[in-house]
Amino acid sequence: MNASEHGFNPAFNMATIKQAINEAVERVRMPTPMRLRDLIRQIRAARTAAEERSVVNKECAYIRSTFREEDSVWRCRNIAKLLYIHMLGYPAHFGQLECLKLIASPRFTDKRIGYLGAMLLLDERQDVHLLITNCLKNDLNSTTQFVVGLALCTLGAIASPEMARDLAAEVERLMKSPNAYIRKKAGLCAFRIIRRVPDLMEIFLPATRSMLSEKNHGVLITGVTLITEMCENSIDTLNHFKKIVPNLVRILKNLILAGYSPEHDVSGVSDPFLQVKILKLLRVLGKNDADASEAMNDILAQVATNTETSKNVGNSILYETVLSIMDIKSESGLRVLAINILGRFLLNNDKNIRYVALNTLLKTVHIDTSAVQRHRSTILECLKDPDVSIRRRAMELSFALVNSLNIRTMMKELLTFLEKSEPEFKAPCSSSIVLAAERFAPNKRWHLDTLLKVLVAAGNYLRDDVIASTIQLISETTSQQAYITLQLWYALSEDKMDKQPLIQVAVWAIGEYGDLVLSATSDDISDVAKPSEDDIIDVYKRLLWSPQNSPTTKQFALMSLTKLSTRFSETNSKIQQIVSSFCSNLHIELQQRGVEFTQLFGKYSNLRSALLERMPPMEVVRTGNEVQTNGDMDESEDKSNESSPQHINNTDSNVLLDLLGGTDSSDLDIIKPSSIPTQPISNNQDLLDLLGGLDLSNPVPTTDTSLGFIMENNNGSLPLDNNDTSGFLMGDILNTNLVNEKHVPTLTAFDKNGLKIVFSLEKMSESNMVSIHLTATNSTISSMTDFLFQAAVPKAFHLQMLSPSGTMISPNGQVTQILRVTNPNKGALRMRIRLSYTIDGALIQEQTEVNNFPTHIWD
Amino acid sequence: MMQFMLLFSRQGKLRLQKWYVAHPDKLKKKITRELITTILARKPKMCSFLEWKDLKVVYKRYASLYFCCAIEQDDNELLTLEVIHRYVELLDKYFGSVCELDIIFNFEKAYFILDELLLGGEIQETSKKNVLKAIAAQDLLQEEETPQGFFEDHGLG
Repeated sequence: MNASEHGFNPAFNMATIKQAINEAVERVRMPTPMRLRDLIRQIRAARTAAEERSVVNKECAYIRSTFREEDSVWRCRNIAKLLYIHMLGYPAHFGQLECLKLIASPRFTDKRIGYLGAMLLLDERQDVHLLITNCLKNDLNSTTQFVVGLALCTLGAIASPEMARDLAAEVERLMKSPNAYIRKKAGLCAFRIIRRVPDLMEIFLPATRSMLSEKNHGVLITGVTLITEMCENSIDTLNHFKKIVPNLVRILKNLILAGYSPEHDVSGVSDPFLQVKILKLLRVLGKNDADASEAMNDILAQVATNTETSKNVGNSILYETVLSIMDIKSESGLRVLAINILGRFLLNNDKNIRYVALNTLLKTVHIDTSAVQRHRSTILECLKDPDVSIRRRAMELSFALVNSLNIRTMMKELLTFLEKSEPEFKAPCSSSIVLAAERFAPNKRWHLDTLLKVLVAAGNYLRDDVIASTIQLISETTSQQAYITLQLWYALSEDKMDKQPLIQVAVWAIGEYGDLVLSATSDDISDVAKPSEDDIIDVYKRLLWSPQNSPTTKQFALMSLTKLSTRFSETNSKIQQIVSSFCSNLHIELQQRGVEFTQLFGKYSNLRSALLERMPPMEVVRTGNEVQTNGDMDESEDKSNESSPQHINNTDSNVLLDLLGGTDSSDLDIIKPSSIPTQPISNNQDLLDLLGGLDLSNPVPTTDTSLGFIMENNNGSLPLDNNDTSGFLMGDILNTNLVNEKHVPTLTAFDKNGLKIVFSLEKMSESNMVSIHLTATNSTISSMTDFLFQAAVPKAFHLQMLSPSGTMISPNGQVTQILRVTNPNKGALRMRIRLSYTIDGALIQEQTEVNNFPTHIWD
Repeated sequence: MMQFMLLFSRQGKLRLQKWYVAHPDKLKKKITRELITTILARKPKMCSFLEWKDLKVVYKRYASLYFCCAIEQDDNELLTLEVIHRYVELLDKYFGSVCELDIIFNFEKAYFILDELLLGGEIQETSKKNVLKAIAAQDLLQEEETPQGFFEDHGLG
């Protein structure tokens, strides 16, 4: 400071000289610390994060060391540097107390930085807060308005409940200060104090009222903010302030009608900030109050019509006006005006305004649907907006507007939207369409058509419940089954994307109503040719063979195909062939279905037509649940499907438990059991019941074969040990089999190092297929793990291998596996086998050739 | 009420943070990181509003800087855009065509200006002139007490 500018003041001069000397001493004692600007430069020059960290750490260490030195003239600079470091994300809490020291300093620069640091670094810790409360109390009493301002600003930002209580009285006093600069800040401080401690509201009430008679916009706006907070806080205060409505109306009117005032003008609008605050307060005051609402109707209409709408600022006022009109008890004409403003917003070029409009319409649609309906076409337009947030809002709003009158047009747009939308929209959108169609569908055929379009448009994003409800609807609507099945067929045959939900629904319908498709009348088909049995079977082949389709879908298809065998006349052998090929499928569920269904073509073909009869129409409530369960099951199946082959054993025994315990209620549900006279009609029908039924209907003499049926299931997939029941069953079966098959030739394929592999050959009913039951036994004293048997036959033969019963052979234990060899040319069979297993940690690999197969087996 | 305001660069570097609610430092950092990532990932043609937890986030990009405010449910998001714009105008007036570097090297000034525009998360002054007047007067106070002459490198430097 230069003394000559301020006239002669010896005391002042002395202080300045003293300070200068102090600082000179300080400078000599310690080198000048790096300037803030230089630190920022150094940090910015760092090329790597590590480099930056080292600069920061060095400076932090230095700053800490200066903090230990009391009375540093550089404290202010150091704190400023620390604040920059803090913004970069480094810890800076050690500067908290130094901030307090700065605040306590008489220099304004120190205070300014000190309070800034306090706002940035202080958390709500008690000890520090007590200290800062004292500092604040001092500065709130300062004679310099800017010092008071800093203190108020800090209090407004970091007031804790304790601080609020301690300083409320000071703030209340400052609200009555003659200085507008202090008054406005005190007003907002009071607002924050009430936020933290609502009980403190009372003391501010008298001082608040007078703030509204101000000319200064700063004081006015803070006053309005404070009153709004108070009114939202307590009903009593709300009622108390009802009488200020005319004042607010007058202020607002002045703002609109007053000419251009450069100080508060924002692109042609007079103080939009204040206008919005007043509109919000009017909303609070007019809510549920007819009289207050009546008093503000006119001004709201005036604001709504007089506000310039070309810029965002005008629209922000209109937006607030609309919210107020919708919230208070306003006249109906005014409400229509408000909705129309939102309608205009929807056409605005500014995406922010479109977004706000959709959002507000969504909130008000339940209050006044008919008014919003008028803007339906604009809302539907927004479904095509490039902004994803706007599309999402438009979609939600569109669904809120769907009713029985507009469903046809709305659905058309929404289906187009569904087709083109991003994956994230597909699931919610399709489910909403299904719900809306359920509620408002004009007729069944339209409903089915819509569901079909959803299946096509949503692809694999469809939720499971949609599949279930679609199947349920088809089952229920007997009059449309032929039509929709045919439509599904066309959709299925054109589907190139492997849409799993579509395939599942389509094959379900075709399986149930395949005969109707073939006999469809011209009424059901429009212009496309009817499919032939072969066409359909070909598509099934593609579906079942395609690696893209999930096991669940394939199970649907396999079941459906089996059903078709009773609905189609010419293609039975093809169907049988496809089904039997699944007997060796790697997926356990599919394999099981394959084996089971194959039985229906062989020994139990007499039961087939009865078992596979059409399902009765599903009732809404019950079947809804049941199909849902099916969906859940499918998921768990998918999961088990993911487990690696090593875990097949576990899955197998689960399947066995399911088989025996009757807990499995998956796809076999679809088999309608009502045709078996001895069975009660029950939808809980499962495999056990099926087998039980078989046993009942096939008395004693056939027991043997019925067990054979089980054995084939088991041999393909089950371990022999572990499970008592299965072991027992198996033992039995093997025995009977051995006894029954009198000429079962056996041969030893391999015998080395304690591993013996025996083949027992069995001629299958098909003339040129031989089933080889492989038994591998371990006569060593160690377990063999990772046992793998591989075999190869000449090209003229066809070899099929089922999965082994296990990969581990315990000492004296065994593993079995079934091989099926087809020999069309009846030549002599040669087989090359490769074995690998681990014993005592060593990997053993063996290879050999088996040439001594008996030739008479092929005769 | 505004809950916080963040300024960050296109590279995701934080340039200014103003919190009007008390959160632990850790949470502040988490929120900051989350919002910066979310906003930077948005395409320019998208609207300026985000629904984030129970707050509305309003952001706008000015040159290389993003201005981002979190407001409460019943606050006016269009007006918040005006608040942001007002702040930018003030910075511009104060620094004279402000750029990111001005705010980096004079971050404390940027805070001071914000503190004259908003207090406790609400607008305290709607006149640009009054804000700049208050800032100029306080800058003058600082200058007057900073010794001149041979202690050239005093003050914040």
